[in-house]
Amino acid sequence: MQAFDYVAAKSLSEAVNLLTKYRDQARILSGGTDLIVQVRENHRQVGMMVDIKGVPEVNTLSYNGSLEIGASVPCYKIYSNEAIKSNFPALVDATSIIGGVQIQSRASVGGNLCNASPAADSIPALIILGTQCVVNGPDGERSVAVEDFCDGPGQTALESNELLVKLVIPTPAPNASSFYLRFTPRNEMDIAVVGAGAAVELSADHQTFVSARIALGAVAPTPLFADDASSLLAGKPVSDESIEEACEAAKDIATPISDMRGTAAQRTHLVGVLTRRALNGAINRIKEGS
Amino acid sequence: MSRKVHVQTQINGENVEFLCEPRQSMLEVLRNELDLTGAKEGCNNGNCGACTIIVEGRPVNSCCMLGVEAEGKEIQTIEGVATPEGLHPLQQKFLEHAALQCGICTPGFIMNAKVLLETNPNPTEEEVRFWLAGNLCRCTGYDKIIRAVLDTTETTGVSTNG
Repeated sequence: MQAFDYVAAKSLSEAVNLLTKYRDQARILSGGTDLIVQVRENHRQVGMMVDIKGVPEVNTLSYNGSLEIGASVPCYKIYSNEAIKSNFPALVDATSIIGGVQIQSRASVGGNLCNASPAADSIPALIILGTQCVVNGPDGERSVAVEDFCDGPGQTALESNELLVKLVIPTPAPNASSFYLRFTPRNEMDIAVVGAGAAVELSADHQTFVSARIALGAVAPTPLFADDASSLLAGKPVSDESIEEACEAAKDIATPISDMRGTAAQRTHLVGVLTRRALNGAINRIKEGS
Repeated sequence: MSRKVHVQTQINGENVEFLCEPRQSMLEVLRNELDLTGAKEGCNNGNCGACTIIVEGRPVNSCCMLGVEAEGKEIQTIEGVATPEGLHPLQQKFLEHAALQCGICTPGFIMNAKVLLETNPNPTEEEVRFWLAGNLCRCTGYDKIIRAVLDTTETTGVSTNG
């Protein structure tokens, strides 16, 4: 592996100072399950590895009015958390299929987001849940909506002297739930051919959509918020016709490539299938929960 | 070359100190600096699980962890699984079921299965298969491994902490 320096930062200010000093040469280390492999395989040049797992703020995991997930909290702590299981099930869906248990012991949702893979499983789940990303840098703190966080494969809204601190997710409404799924040839240890998530709020009688948020993975350079497909469901009856209309609108924004995992045509078809299943999955969870 | 870093850690219950470069993975440290060659290098990218060790009670791919990250941690490797009294029940069942052929994947399977049985003493077959999805075996076809793990739960229940 290429040589680099390593510092285990103890505070946010220490981490930001190191980023400010080393800029593009520095990289934040959290779970390392992407970063260490990228450095070993020379896909990324790093002169200074800043390990933030000793920084208190990035280890927070609390549900008190809103859900706060520190940037370094590993997947297994997220899918084992009772508040997340009850209120944010799409996050459980996504984090329990990222790698195997060895990966889930270390890989964080914050790292999954900062790695900015178009096929990242947790990002559509974060998008549908209305997540805000809290970022820290030399000028203090700022917040970025998660759908605006990724700029392209491996590219994010972070400046080279900024780091992701935590993700803040609002409490869902009473008749609401969420669902994420993906298509992969193998159930585990695979990368999404297409991923789709849906968060749905229904009327008290479960007959009408109050609102919906749909997001897609692996069909564009970044995970996508399907804005039109989401907003057209508001006020519509809960029916196969409404859902089909949303699926078609979701397919309209997919611009997938053909590669070893699937062709563009297959991926576009899968957007329709998975959007329908994600919406129905969320709806069923609402009905089961009442 | 970066300067070597002094790391203090605990491996298989013993305090251990070592020097390593930041670029050395935990797997490289175990194998090349500490002569603990039980953890194997398979894919070196987090897919095969042959390098699985237990860090703070959780299974981890040691190829995807830096040696410097071991500072202050409690680590278990396959070398610490058997006791002077005998094999760990999982090791015994792997032998009885012939759940190995070439043996390269075996330390990783044992370490990962050990954590499974410590956190979920009576898993279903589906739970065992899902938990072990991050360990690849190119010899056995997996069935014998799954049977060995399930047999460990049936015969020893919760007493798998050896």
